[in-house]
Formats: sequence, structure tokens, C-alpha cells
Amino acid sequence: MSIIENHTTNGQPFCKDPKLTARGVGVFYGEKQAIFDVSLDIGANEVIALIGPSGCGKSTFLRCLNRMNDTIDICRVTGAIELDGEDIYDPKVDVVPLRARVGMVFQKPNPFPKSIYDNIAYGPRIHGLAQSRVELDEIVEKSLQRAGLWNEVKDRLHAPGTGLSGGQQQRLCIARTIAVDPEVILMDEPCSALDPIATAKIEELIDELRENYTIAIVTHSMQQAARVSQRTAYFHLGQLIEVNPTDQVFTTPEHALTEAYITGRFG
Amino acid sequence: MTKSSMTTREKVEKSMKRRRAAEQRFRMYGVASVLFGLLCLVVLFGDILSKGTSAFSQTVIETSITLDADYLGLDKNADDQQVRLANFEGLIKQHFKDMVQPDGRKERRQLYSLVSAGASWQLQNMVLNDRSLLGQTIEVALIADDDVDQWFKHDRGHAHNAMLNETQIGWLEQWAEQGILKTRFNTLFFVNGDSREPELAGIRGAITGTFLTLLVTFLLSFPIGVAAAIYLEEFAPKNKITEFVEININNLAAVPSITFGLLGLAIFINIFGVARSTPLVGGLVLTLMTLPTIIISGRAAIKAVPPSIREAALGLGASRVQVVFHHVLPLALPGMLTGTIIGMAQALGETAPLLMIGMVAFVVDVPAFISDPSTVLPVQIFLWSDSPERAFTERTSGAIIVLLGFLVIMNTAAVMLRRRLERRW
Amino acid sequence: MNYSSLIIAVLILLGGAYLLGRNRARAIANQGMKLHSLPTHYGALMALWTGLPPLLLLLLWGLMEPRIVDQLLVAQLPAHIQNGSGAEIQLAVSKVHNLAIGSGVSEAPELQPAVKHLQALQQRFDLLQAGVILALALIGVALTWRRIKADMRARSEVERIVRYMLFASSGIAVLTTLGILASVVYEAWLFFHKVSIFEFLFGTSWSPQIALRADQSGSSGDFGAVPLFAGTLLISLIAMVIAVPVGLMAAIYLSEYATSRVRSFAKPALEILAGIPTVVYGFFAALTVAPIIRGLGESMGLDVSSESALAAGLVMGIMIIPFVSSLSDDVINAVPQSLRDGSYGLGATRSETVRQVVIPAALPGIVGAVMLAVSRAIGETMIVAMAAGLAANLTFNPLDSVTTVTVQIVTLLVGDQEFDSPKTLAAFALGLVLFLVTLVLNYVALKIVQKYREQYD
Ligand SMILES: Nc1ncnc2c1ncn2[C@@H]1O[C@H](COP(=O)(O)OP(=O)(O)OP(=O)(O)O)[C@@H](O)[C@H]1O
Ligand SMILES: [Mg+2]
Repeated sequence: MSIIENHTTNGQPFCKDPKLTARGVGVFYGEKQAIFDVSLDIGANEVIALIGPSGCGKSTFLRCLNRMNDTIDICRVTGAIELDGEDIYDPKVDVVPLRARVGMVFQKPNPFPKSIYDNIAYGPRIHGLAQSRVELDEIVEKSLQRAGLWNEVKDRLHAPGTGLSGGQQQRLCIARTIAVDPEVILMDEPCSALDPIATAKIEELIDELRENYTIAIVTHSMQQAARVSQRTAYFHLGQLIEVNPTDQVFTTPEHALTEAYITGRFG
Repeated sequence: MTKSSMTTREKVEKSMKRRRAAEQRFRMYGVASVLFGLLCLVVLFGDILSKGTSAFSQTVIETSITLDADYLGLDKNADDQQVRLANFEGLIKQHFKDMVQPDGRKERRQLYSLVSAGASWQLQNMVLNDRSLLGQTIEVALIADDDVDQWFKHDRGHAHNAMLNETQIGWLEQWAEQGILKTRFNTLFFVNGDSREPELAGIRGAITGTFLTLLVTFLLSFPIGVAAAIYLEEFAPKNKITEFVEININNLAAVPSITFGLLGLAIFINIFGVARSTPLVGGLVLTLMTLPTIIISGRAAIKAVPPSIREAALGLGASRVQVVFHHVLPLALPGMLTGTIIGMAQALGETAPLLMIGMVAFVVDVPAFISDPSTVLPVQIFLWSDSPERAFTERTSGAIIVLLGFLVIMNTAAVMLRRRLERRW
Repeated sequence: MNYSSLIIAVLILLGGAYLLGRNRARAIANQGMKLHSLPTHYGALMALWTGLPPLLLLLLWGLMEPRIVDQLLVAQLPAHIQNGSGAEIQLAVSKVHNLAIGSGVSEAPELQPAVKHLQALQQRFDLLQAGVILALALIGVALTWRRIKADMRARSEVERIVRYMLFASSGIAVLTTLGILASVVYEAWLFFHKVSIFEFLFGTSWSPQIALRADQSGSSGDFGAVPLFAGTLLISLIAMVIAVPVGLMAAIYLSEYATSRVRSFAKPALEILAGIPTVVYGFFAALTVAPIIRGLGESMGLDVSSESALAAGLVMGIMIIPFVSSLSDDVINAVPQSLRDGSYGLGATRSETVRQVVIPAALPGIVGAVMLAVSRAIGETMIVAMAAGLAANLTFNPLDSVTTVTVQIVTLLVGDQEFDSPKTLAAFALGLVLFLVTLVLNYVALKIVQKYREQYD
């Protein structure tokens, strides 16, 4: 399989009410290009699923959206990405408030080696979101509740976060992200390390979060994409092949590569 | 989500000023720390170099002196013993007396003190080598006393010198103007052993002692260290005993070096009767001290050999011992050598344990064998640094420069070896 | 024959035995019999049995002979010396040794019989030694020669011996520890017979100089080591105050902030500091730093000792900076990147991430590193021996002169010593304390670091 020359994305990569817009985005790791000319809108309060074979650049693209790629020395991004119409790669933009607005949940649960409470309170504390202890307690409780973890941990808020089960840890990480009250949440295969029951809980959670947040989720599970997302974007070798409403992608894919992928011919 | 009127975005923006300042501050602490470390390095080297480079030059008094055979009581057939007993010192004194015409006993003594005691040995050696010089007038560069040396190299024209008085400085200025007083490369520093006279003291004895000591250390610690590393990495069963040995090695690597000196004193010297102050006992002590380093790096080198090589050889029916000696060891050897060089560099700079085992002795003769009393370069530095004479301070720095030079060579060798190694895999 | 020529002789025999064994094996193989091992294995076996026993015996002999010779010598000394104190006998014996090799300065006719005896004795011993050693080697050759048969398992025997040799080599580390322990414990035990352990550990006055006249005060010397412990702590503390923040911040900067170009230059440069011999630091402390501090202090109207604890501690701190920074660097790098990502993903700045996520996560490892650094500082000898004082002042003023455990060990043991005096023994008691304290520190620190590593593996 080689990179398709002069490719244009099939389907509907743009939408009426975009929260995030990417235009002609390319990403390089040193000399090597990992993303080619990707243009995509992520609409407000929608869940968009990014799918594609391993190594096609889903994580790389996702990490561009809150400039997490800045932490990798050799990584270089071209093109334009705008959040509410502001270019996030503008040299004047500070990544700190940007990342407070665009939160991220990672593939492997990565709770800090602190108590459950301190894990959640970390973001609000550094950003100065709470004026008082009471306010902070409130934020912690609310975030845990929204992440569906409150009932399980309310009696041991001061136990270490690393002592939770994998699924609980991942919900803790989601709660930690919610606590900062972001506008967009990026999730990179949030369920890949979890069992089916924990996965179901997180999927439920994503569905609920949609009311308040814009969510982009990378997943390897077609079922998951179908269950949680409204739109699905298919990446292939660093190119965005097709973007369409999720049910359409899974029933009548436009592009042959998409079809090949969802019917399991490679992946 | 929050009760207050500000939105989250506003709160974050509001916090940014403080946080950016904190970030700047933190970063500055980091830069300052690194710079402080580098500054220390520069100051240390600058200090040593500025104090020590002048040790490599020595002030001499160039003069033509007549080797008066009658005064010395020697003739062309005099044997070595007679030459050694001849009064060259008197000859030199006479020479300078005639040259300067000092006034009275006190001035004479002041005049004589400008020339080093080594000057008479210089003449003596010349005559020992060539009897035909007797009766001739020869051009010699006589070694000046260390006070003269310091004055000429550092103080002349701008600083006060407490060791010389007006009259002496007057003579010296005159000599300097006439071009008699000169500096030249200090060969004696490299060919002499220790001496009470700074201008005659050299590091040859210490360097030879260091070399012999390190030779003993290397001959013992390399084979033993490699053998121990092989055993622990390739043969040792995973049990309590092995674990105990490993803990032991790791701990020994961090035990203060001075305790190895105590062991050397109590066990090697007092129980086994190994002679004090010798490279042999020094080498034994340093062997024990460097073994942990060599074993630890040796094990790392063995670990780095890909297991596939072992499996392939075992698959061909080789025994474990054969696999190790034919396949693993040759591949791991450069890495082990690197570790050994680093261990040797450590041993080269080590002082404290050697003080315990008597290598602080004042040794004038250059040792020839591992059982001769000797000292080593770092201990020589320690000894000289204690001397009040300014000239010894200078020589101490000079010796440090030489020591650091050796260390640079050894570490460069280790680095180059490691580079070679990396390229291969 | 002296040792080196004997060793060379044995090595030649060993080489010959190898060839002999190999050729014999080849001869057997040529007769059409199938050998169990390769001919070289038979050669190696011969060589091992020829070389090893004589070399081991030679080592033992070298260890034993001086004792035995001295015992025999004492009997030849004049009666009045024999009845004298141990030190007198020792002195006479060493004089005899010097005279025997012709380097005695003072003529001592009364020792002449002993000198003659020693020379004769040594000749006889040398002859005996050469005979026994060479005989042993030849016996090795003969016995192994006879054992070489086609079905002999030469290889497994050689390998077994090799394994034992490897094992013995790794045992040397244990023997070293035991040796250190045994020597300090034994001598310290003797010391505690003369001075109570309680006085030693809790006494506050230290003046080990034995008075010249018995009626002088403190004629037996004072051995209360508290001022030494306090001095050691004071200097180590000063060193830590410098080394820990600077080393840690440097490690943080280099691993979290610096570009790879800066890192590749600054890291090795800092490590040079660790490679500089301590005697050089000592010189720097005594001749450069101490006068500067004294000058600065005096310009501020302070009374600064020329051997101030501050100078020694400061320079020791500089020496330990790279030690702390490279250990912390390892520890910080072991913190998983995912934790940093988690923090950055929430919008934390670098310093927030470092201070609130990386450092807490690395804390056990950093504690271990600091403990190792403390143990380094406590055991450091040359800097303090050159830059700190000898007077045992019990003070915590960094501008005063204090002395340390290691300085006292050096002072007590350098130069001439009689072996039984409390002065000499005190050094070993101090050595025991030093060894135990650093051992515990190292052991605990290594355990902590190891546990920490496992946590993130
Ligand atoms: N830090 C990095 N340095 C260099 N190359 C990288 C780096 N991260 C990713 N890449 C490369 O970029 C390409 C895209 O990687 P990315 O992680 O985005 O793929 P992915 O679609 O997320 O795959 P997966 O489904 O396996 O997570 C790959 O070829 C990968 O090798
Ligand atoms: Mg990925």
C-alpha cells in the first residue's frame, strides 16, 4: 500500500458548527512525515471517532489538537488548527491555557502517584479554579460523580489512586480531565487496556459527557465507534480517507479502503 | 460548574501571570545550578593551571665557572669516589664571592643562599661524566634557590618578596639585567625524586611508584574482576548466597576508601607481614577497592551480549564454559576493559587508603621494584601541599596538572573504547 | 631463588605440561582410540594440575614465612632484648632485617649473631621453598600424565576447576567485607578494653595525644568521640546543603528542560567534576577556598578559622554535585513518560509537572541517592584531611575549625605507631563506626533505589 497521490478526503469532513478545525495539517517526526494534508472539522458537542490501522497516525493527529506533540523534540506540525476560530499554533498562544481547554485521556490509565482526591484536585489547583477548600471538595465530588466513580471511591478519597482497578483508574483519569472543565476532550484508545465491563461503563460515560463537551476518540473497536460516535473519520497511512456519519461509514462506506478496513481485511 | 462568576477560561488566564513567573524562576534555578557546576569546574582548573604551570620552568644562573682542579683536589685520573667527596660547594661559593664581592660574613651567607644546594651536584655530575673538564672554564646554568626562582618568576618588578632582602634583590636585579638569570624548562621536576629542597624536588619517584602500584592493581583486579563477573552473570545459581555476594559487591563499591586502608594495615601488613610503603601492598589495597567497579561494569558488559549468541552456541553442543570463553567473553571484553580503565583511573587518584599503609614516606630514591618503598602521585601532592614553601605550592599544582593529564588520557581511552563498542552493535 | 623467578619457573612448567598433555592425548587418538574430550582439554588439565597447587602453596608460603622467620629470630636476640617489651623486640627484629640486606645504618654488634642466623635461615628457606614448589609441580605433571586415558572426562574436570576458580574470584568481595569487619572489629575490641565503649561514644573530649609525663593532665588521652561525630556531621551537612539542591536542579534541568545539544555538552562536563581526585579538591579547599572565605569573613568583621568547616564542606559539596546529579538523573528518567503526559495533558506547566508529579514520583529514588551522597560525604577523607582542622572542637559554627572521624583516623595512623597503643586502636574504633554507619546507609539506600526501580519496570 502506498500513499495515494493528490488524495482528497471523501465524505463530509466539514460541519456547520465546528469547535475545532484542522486545515491541511501535516506532521513530521524529524524527516519522516506521519500525517499528510489532513483537513477535518470537529463539531461542537459531537463525538467523533478516529479509526484506522495501527500506525496510520490517529494518535499523532489527536495529539496535534492540544499541542501535546510539543513535548516531542523532533515533532513538527504544518497547516492550521483553530479552536473557536483561533489558531492554536500561533506563536503567541500559550499551550497551558490551551490544554486546559482541550483535555486529554490516554491509552494506558496514568493516575499520578497521589491520593484519589489529589489526582482530581491537581488540575483545579494548578489552574487556580477553586477559591476555597470547600469549592475544591465540590469540584472533586462533581467530577467523580460525572465519571461515575463517586460511589466506588467516596470512602477512600485519600487512598492512592494507583490502588484502583484498571477501569477505575481510567475513569479517575477522565474525572481528572473533567475537573479542569475543558471544552474538548481527546481520548486515545481509552478502553484498550480495560475489560468489557469497564469498557461499557466508559462508553456510557462518553455518551453522557457529550452534552457538555466535544469529544474526539481514537479507537480500534468498530463496535465502540458505532456505539459512541456521531461521525467517524478513517485514517490510512497518515491520510484522512473518509469522514461520514458513523452509521453511514459502517453500512455504506464510500472509499474502498474504508470498506476493506471495516470488513476486517486489514487492521 | 463553579459557583463564582468567572468562567474557567478566565480563571486559567488569570492564573497564567503567576505561573509564567514561577516557570521562569524554576527554569532559572536549573540554569543556575548547571552553570554553578560548570563554573566550579572552570575555577578549579583555572586555579590549578594558574598556580601550576610555572612549576614547569626553573630559574637558573648562567655563569662561566672554572673547575679549578687544585681547589677540588682532583686530577684527570680521579676515581668516582674522589669526585663525590670533592668540595664543589666551596668552589661555587668562591666563584660567586669573586663575582659579587660581598661585604662581610652576613652578606656572604646571603649571597650563597641564592644558589641551590643542587648546583654542586650539577658540577659533580659533569665531572663524573667527563674528567677532561677539570681545569677548564665552562658555561653552566646553575640552579637557583627556590626563593630566587619564585622572585624571578612571580614577584620581580611588582610584588614584595618576604624571603629575600634588599641586598639580595639588588644582586639579582643586576644578574637579571645582565641576562645571567634565566628561566628554562624544569627537567629536574620530571627526573628527580622527592627532596626537601623545592627546586630539586621532582615527581619521577611518585610517577614510578604510581606506575608500579597500578601495575599490581591491574594484574590482580582485571583477571579476578572478570572472573567474578563471569561467575555472577553466567554460572551463579539464583539463591541466597549469590544474592549475598551481590549485596556485598554493591556495598563495597560505596564503602569509604579509607576503610580499605584499615584493612590493608591490619591484615596485609600486620598479619601477613607484607612490607609497608611498597607498591605491592598499595596495589593489593587498591585491587580490593577497584574490584567492585570492575565487577559491576563487567557484568553490564556481559549482559549486553545478545542472548542469541549464547543460544546459538549452546545449540551447537558447546558446553556452558565453552560458550562463555569462546563467544561471550570476546564480545564483552572491550566493555570490561572500559570498566577496568575507569577503575584504574579511580585507583590512580586515590590517596586516603595509601596513607594508612605507609605510602606517605619521604622517598628520595626512585623505586625499581614492587617491593621498594615508594609513594604515589596523589600522596606526593598531599605531602607537598603541606609544605610552607611557596615553591612547593607551585610544584603541588604542577604535580596535579600531571595527575590530571594522566586521568584525561585514561578517560579518553575509555571513552574511545566505548565508542568503538557502540559502533559494533 | 626469589618469588618472581619461582613463579616464572612454575609458569614455564605449566606451559610445558599443557603441550605434554595435549600431545599425549593426540598420541592416544592416533592409536585409533576415540577420546572423550579434545586434546586441548587434556593439555589444559595437565596445566591446571601442574600450575595451581604450587602457586597456591607459594602464596601461603609467602604469607607464613615472615611470621615463622621472626619467631625463630627472636630466639637469637640478646637476652635483655628478649625479655623486653613487645615493641622493643619488634624494633630489634626489623633492625636485624635491615642489617641482613645491608641497608642498616647503625652498626649493632650485639645483633650480629641474629643477623648471621637470619641470613643462613633465609638461604635455607629459599632452597627449601624452591625444592618443594618445583617438586609439587612435577608431581602434578606425573600424576595427571598417568591419568590421561581415552575415556577420561578431561573436559568436565577442567570445566569444574574453572568454575571453582570463577566462584572463588567472586568470593573475594565477601572476603574483603569480612576482612574489613574483622580488622576493625578486632582492633576496636582491643580498644574497648582500654577505653570504655560508653566513654568513646558519648564522651565530649577528644585528645588522643598521650602526654609525655605521667603526671600531666589527661595522661592517658581522652577518647570521647562526640566532637568528631559532630564535626563530621557539620561538614557533611554543609556539603549536602550545596550538593543536593544544585545536583538535583541540574539533573532536572538537564533531563526536563535542556535541548539535547546542551545536555550532550553539560552532562559530561559535570561528570568531570566527579573524576577529579579528592586530593586535588583538598588542595583547592586548603589553598584557595579557605583563604577566600577567611578574607571575606574578616572583611565582614567575622572571626573565621583558617581551617573552617565551611571551606571543607563547600568544596566537598562541589565534589558531590555530579554524584547527586547523575544518580538523580537516573531516577528521574525512570519516571514513566505517561505521568508527564498526564500532567501536560491537563495544562500543567513544566515546573508544575516536575514539582508536583515527577519529583513526588521519583522521591524514593532521590532519597536513596541523597543517602548514598551522605555516605560519600561522611567517608570522604582527603578534603577534610587537608582543609579541616585537627582540634576536636564541639561546635556547630561553620566558621570554626572542626575535625572529623576520617581526619582523626588518618592522623592517628600516619607516621610511626606502636600497634598496641590506645591511639592506634582508637583509629580502628573510629573506622568501625565509620564502616557500620556507611554500610547501613548504603544498604538501605540501595534497597530503596532497587524497590523504586522495580515499581516502574
Ligand atoms: N515519537 C515519535 N517519534 C518518531 N516517530 C513516531 C513517534 N510517534 C509516532 N511515530 C510514527 O508516526 C506514525 C504514526 O504513529 P501513531 O502513533 O500516530 O499511530 P496510531 O495510528 O496511533 O497507531 P496505533 O493504533 O498503533 O496507536 C507511525 O509510523 C509512528 O512510527
Ligand atoms: Mg495510537
